[in-house]
Amino acid sequence: MIRDLANPTRFMSLSGTLLPWVGGLAALLMAAGLSMVWFTAPADYQQGETVKIMYIHVPAAWLSLFFYMIMASSALGTLVWRHPLADVSQKAAAPIGAAFTLICLVTGSLWGKPMWGTYWQWDARLTSMLVMLLIYLGILALWRAIEEPNRAARAVSILTLVGAVNVPIVKFSVDWWNTLHQPASVFRLGGPTIHSSMLVPLLVMAAAFTLLGIALHLSGMRTEILRRRVRTLTILEAERLDAQAA
Amino acid sequence: MSHTFFIAFSYILTALVVIGLILRAVIDHRIQVRALAELEARGIGRRSRRG
Repeated sequence: MIRDLANPTRFMSLSGTLLPWVGGLAALLMAAGLSMVWFTAPADYQQGETVKIMYIHVPAAWLSLFFYMIMASSALGTLVWRHPLADVSQKAAAPIGAAFTLICLVTGSLWGKPMWGTYWQWDARLTSMLVMLLIYLGILALWRAIEEPNRAARAVSILTLVGAVNVPIVKFSVDWWNTLHQPASVFRLGGPTIHSSMLVPLLVMAAAFTLLGIALHLSGMRTEILRRRVRTLTILEAERLDAQAA
Repeated sequence: MSHTFFIAFSYILTALVVIGLILRAVIDHRIQVRALAELEARGIGRRSRRG
């Protein structure tokens, strides 16, 4: 399957068929999730209605890690297997992951102020998440700094794999250190600790965010393939003009 | 500030970022499609390498 998709033309055809379905399903799930959040999910007995921030904060945090894992596996695809679409996938994932990391940090801060009395605390979870955003920004900057796509991909792959050390730190920071941030309450051994009346809307929102992210990623990959075709043809045109002038 | 402010700000900001991502994807795609069409209209295609 992955080898079949190594052909960009085949990928463009398959992704072109999939994209409207994934995007449409994401929109439907987002509408269902938001209606559950606003009309059926109860207020928390301690946090009141502020718990509604959880339904965007948690999926954004999940997508931040999800897209980093996509980038890390694509980096392996670039460096080890030299898969022709691996660096396209890496490049398309970076801005999406960065955007969801930003959403996670800002909504967490806006949730923290009324609950903890502060927008920011240098605890392990918050700090490692900020480091995650800085790594994403570094990767985006590196993509822009090196013009030749293959050279850029190799440099970015190395940076991405080094930065992957931060992923388990983000995930397990609440277990390894004493943090103001609460421990995991959904993906944990022993099952979720959230009541189903809140867990179901949260999972629907997480599914909606994930499908939205996948749709954006597919779209980004398609655009990147086109950008590379444009680049190749522009170079070809310049070479032809040079030959005519000579 | 009331809790409503924090909730509303969170949702509005998330909506703006998501809309921004979608708009960026659509606009960037259109730009590349147009650029590719212009190059091909000028007769620059992969097959032209042989000729």
